Amino acid sequence: MTDQTASALGTDEATVIPRARSSGMEKLLRIAIPVSMLVLAVLAWHIIIVVNEIPRYILPTPVDVAKSLYTDWPTLFPALLVTLRITFTALFLAVVGGVTIAIILVQSRWIELALTPYVVILQVTPIIAIAPLLLIYTSASTTLLICAFLVAFFPILSNMVTGLKSVDHNLLNLFELYGTSRWETLINLKLPASMPYFLTGLRIGGGLALIAAVVAEFTAGTAGAGSGLAFRLLESGFRLNIPRLFACLVLLSATGVAMFGLTSFISWFILHRWHESALKREN
Amino acid sequence: MDLNAPSPADLAARPVVRMQHVTKVFSNGTLALSDMTLEVRAGEFVSLLGPSGCGKSTALRIVAGLGDTTTGSIDWPSSRIRPNGLPEDDIGFVFQEPTLMPWATVFANVWLPLKLKGVSKRDARPRVMEVLDSVGLADFATAYPRELSGGMKMRVSIARALATQPKLLLMDEPFAALDEITRQKLNDDVLWLWRETGITVIFVTHSVFESVYLSNRIVVMKARPGQVFLDMPLEVLTKRDADYRLSDEYAANTRKVSQALQQAIQKGAEA
Repeated sequence: MTDQTASALGTDEATVIPRARSSGMEKLLRIAIPVSMLVLAVLAWHIIIVVNEIPRYILPTPVDVAKSLYTDWPTLFPALLVTLRITFTALFLAVVGGVTIAIILVQSRWIELALTPYVVILQVTPIIAIAPLLLIYTSASTTLLICAFLVAFFPILSNMVTGLKSVDHNLLNLFELYGTSRWETLINLKLPASMPYFLTGLRIGGGLALIAAVVAEFTAGTAGAGSGLAFRLLESGFRLNIPRLFACLVLLSATGVAMFGLTSFISWFILHRWHESALKREN
Repeated sequence: MDLNAPSPADLAARPVVRMQHVTKVFSNGTLALSDMTLEVRAGEFVSLLGPSGCGKSTALRIVAGLGDTTTGSIDWPSSRIRPNGLPEDDIGFVFQEPTLMPWATVFANVWLPLKLKGVSKRDARPRVMEVLDSVGLADFATAYPRELSGGMKMRVSIARALATQPKLLLMDEPFAALDEITRQKLNDDVLWLWRETGITVIFVTHSVFESVYLSNRIVVMKARPGQVFLDMPLEVLTKRDADYRLSDEYAANTRKVSQALQQAIQKGAEA
C-alpha cells in the first residue's frame, strides 16, 4: 500500500496518487552530508594537533588512535565482547521482565497498588549505588549485569504500563462486546496498541543499558579476562596510554551507535506502516 | 433436550430485544435512564432521537451488554441466551468514531470479529471480501486506516459490524462527525444494507433529518431523566432516495418529528 494514498477530501471518492519518489540526488545527500561532516571533524582534529604540536600523551591524533585500535585489538576485542554481552543480555532481560511485570501490573488496581512502592523505590534510587553491595553477594560480572538490567528495566516498564493503559476505550468496548477473553484481548489489542510506547522504552532502555554497564564497571570493575571496555579505559588512563583510552572510547561510542541503530530499526520496522511517529508526511 | 424450547419459527416472530423498566444510575449519582421500556421487532429500523444527555447512547450500550442496568431488564425473546446474558446471535455495534485498529489493514479490521470466534484468515476471506464489497471498499482490503478518508473509515467500521451476519445492528451516532454530503451517501448505504439483509437496526442520532430519512419508527427521548417521550411509527410512501429529501412528505415528517423533539426538550428543561 505504500504507493497508494487515498485522498481525505470532503467527498468519499478515493483517488490513487503515486507517491513522489525521493530523487537519487536526495538519497545520496542524505548519506553524504553526515559522512563528510564526520570526515571533516576527524581531519580538523588531526590538523589542530599537528599544527599546535600537542604532545601525543595529552591528545593523540586520529592516526594514533587507529594504530592503537589495531595493535591493542587482542586486548580490546575480548573487552568489547564482555561489554556487548552484558549490555545486550541486560536489555533482553529488561524487555522480558519489563513487559511481563507491566502486564501483571495492569491486571488489577490492587496488584498495582501493592507493587507501586517497590517500583518507585527501585526507580528513584541511583541503581549504581547498590553495586558495592551487590559485589558482596555476587560476582563482579553478575553485579554489572544486574545494574545494567535494573537501569534499562524501568523505562521499559513504565512506558509499557502507560501503553497498556492508553488503549482506545471504544476498542476495549468492542472486544468486550464480542465476549473476548483477557488473554485474547491482550494479544489482539493491548500489545499491538502499546507498541509505540514500548518501543520508546526500548530506545531509552537500550541507551541506558550501555551507560549502566560502563558506569557499574567503573564502580565494581574486575581486572583480568572478565573485564569489559570500561575497565580497559580506566586502566589505559592510569597507564597514561592515551591513544588506547581513545580507542576504548571509540569502541564504546560505536557500541552506542549500533544500539541506537538497532533499536531505531526495530521501532521503524514495527511502526512504519501505521504510526504517526514513523510516517513520512508530504505536507 | 428441552421439550418446551421454542421452535425457530416461534423465535423469529417474537421481538428481537425488549427493555423493561430499565433504570441506570451512574456511579457519580447521575440518573441517566429512568423506567425506560422499549420493544424492537425484527426488521425494524428504529431511531433513538433526543437532545444530548438524554441517555440514548447509554440505552444503546446497555442493549449491547456494555454496562449493566441498575434496575429493570433486557430480554431477547427471539434468541437463545448465552451464559453471560447476551443472545447467541451476534450484535453488530458501530461507534461514534470508526474505532479501527490503526496497526491492522482494512481486511484485518473486518476479520477481527470472525478471528475472535476462531475463524482462520483463509476461511474468513470470502465473507470479509463480501462485506467489504457491500460497503464499496473491496479494493482497499490491504490499505491501512490512516490511508482512508473519514467516510471510508466509517464504512470499514460498518463492514466489521456486519462481518458476523448479526441479526441486530446498533449504531451510536455513527455519522455525527462527517460532512453533510458524506453523511447523506452513508445514509443511503445503510438503507441499502438494511433492505438487502433484512437486519434490525437501532440507530442513535440527534438529527431529525437523519431519523426521518432512515427509520420506519422514531423513538423521541427526553432528558433528566432519560425516558421515552414519544414512540412514533413512520410510514413513508415515497421511495427513500434523493427525491424523498425534496418531497412534501419528507418536509411534513421532519416538521412532525421536530415538534415532538421540541416538546421533549421542553419537558426535559422543566424537570
